[in-house]
Amino acid sequence: MQVNGYKPLIVAFCCNWCSYAGADLAGNNRLNYPADVKIIRVPCSCRVNPMFVLRAFQRGADGVIICGCHPGDCHYTSGNYYTRRRMALLFSMLDYLGIERERTRVEWVSAAEGAKFAATMNEFTETVAALGENKRLEDLRCKQ
Amino acid sequence: MQTVTREQLINKAVALLADGTVKCVLGWKKGEFDYDVTPAVFETEEEIRADFVWNDFCGANFSKYLVAKTRQFDGKILVFLKPCDTYSFNQLLTEHRFDRDKVYAVGIPCAGMADISKIKEICGDGISSIEADGDYLSVTTIYDDQPIKVEIKEVLAERCLNCKSKKHVAYDELLGEEGDVIDSNRFDEVAQLEAMTPDERFAFWQKELSRCIRCNACRDVCPACTCEKCVFDNPNSGVENKSPANSFEEKMFHIIRAFHVAGRCTDCGECSRVCPQHIPLHLLNRKFIKDINEFYGEYQAGAQEGSRAPVVDYTTEDLEPGEVFDRRDTNA
Ligand code: SF4
Ligand code: SF4
Ligand code: FES
Repeated sequence: MQVNGYKPLIVAFCCNWCSYAGADLAGNNRLNYPADVKIIRVPCSCRVNPMFVLRAFQRGADGVIICGCHPGDCHYTSGNYYTRRRMALLFSMLDYLGIERERTRVEWVSAAEGAKFAATMNEFTETVAALGENKRLEDLRCKQ
Repeated sequence: MQTVTREQLINKAVALLADGTVKCVLGWKKGEFDYDVTPAVFETEEEIRADFVWNDFCGANFSKYLVAKTRQFDGKILVFLKPCDTYSFNQLLTEHRFDRDKVYAVGIPCAGMADISKIKEICGDGISSIEADGDYLSVTTIYDDQPIKVEIKEVLAERCLNCKSKKHVAYDELLGEEGDVIDSNRFDEVAQLEAMTPDERFAFWQKELSRCIRCNACRDVCPACTCEKCVFDNPNSGVENKSPANSFEEKMFHIIRAFHVAGRCTDCGECSRVCPQHIPLHLLNRKFIKDINEFYGEYQAGAQEGSRAPVVDYTTEDLEPGEVFDRRDTNA
């Protein structure tokens, strides 16, 4: 995925029990999604602390997406409900500070939804590519 | 003008010390100047009579001091609490941060506290004394024998202009008149920011946050920040002090500081009061409070002891993170 020669770096936090398996399924089915999506496996979407999201931006991510089990399907019953509240508040705060709201997203992807996983990543990467490089949450110390 | 007097507070403190109800007293003490009142622990009548002050600069919220002091002293501690302080008091109790049995809380009414920087804007530097005179303050500077009269109303702290409650939500005893919860306009400024474009907001926060010197005073004073080990003290965090390289560390610090108190911040206003750089930290905290109210229903941290903070709660019908913006855009 390139816009004017620019390829965004996407960090995807994927829950082990659903979205990570969904990504596997996408691979098995030979569905394409950009290689610039770096998947970080987490035990549950609620393992993602707001600091992880900021850190990802600090280390050069242009977009951060958190994928978890559908509400009601969390392996630990309620983890993703907490994710939902936390991220709603965090994203709203980022927007309040003037950081582009399109750079962050939460998506529920089950282990059976390989196609949804690929489509989500394609669409998200495209959105972020159109925004260009992340400037508002970058850390120059971490840039080569 | 404050409605209870220094004498009333002193008499109360001395009586409770004398009859053995309390072992020590948490109160305000005069600093180097009339306006830099500092929190202090008094253990004897003499100390109290000599140094205890109660005036329009007694902003300090003592709730957080109880965490350390109740562990340090055997026996009860007398603490004076203004209405807004009682919310922090309840919030700390909810989080089991101190032993309620070791505290004797006396609620006192508050007419609002003065902000010394506003006074300095009017009177300039070199203030040698400030005396209360009804609804006015008599400010003398080293440059002029004639005191300048300043109306207290004109120099109230931001948090007092937007006071949310004159009602005490926790106490063992009340001195003076009880007040009411107030319909404040404290979210107006947040709404104004929300109405700006993202670029304007970014510029606004860049200007504010870049002044931060990372003294950590806002964290240290905050009654919701009582972790014994703080992420911002970790030298491996990359945000443990001021980085001259760029602005990431500022944003990280401020987002995370505000997030860590989201749902627990009582909007006591201490953080904005102590910031030496006058960064409007309340605008970050209130953003979370406003969002929580809008997304999950009205919630006032500390209003009720034992209530569950919205960030550690959920319903199956909650808003999706993506819907947050759809909602705002259709409302706008
Ligand atoms: S008190 Fe002010 S200057 Fe100090 S760390 Fe907090 S925001 Fe920064
Ligand atoms: S964040 Fe500020 S207003 Fe909120 S509880 Fe802490 S010191 Fe008080
Ligand atoms: S286990 Fe997948 S979101 Fe909790």
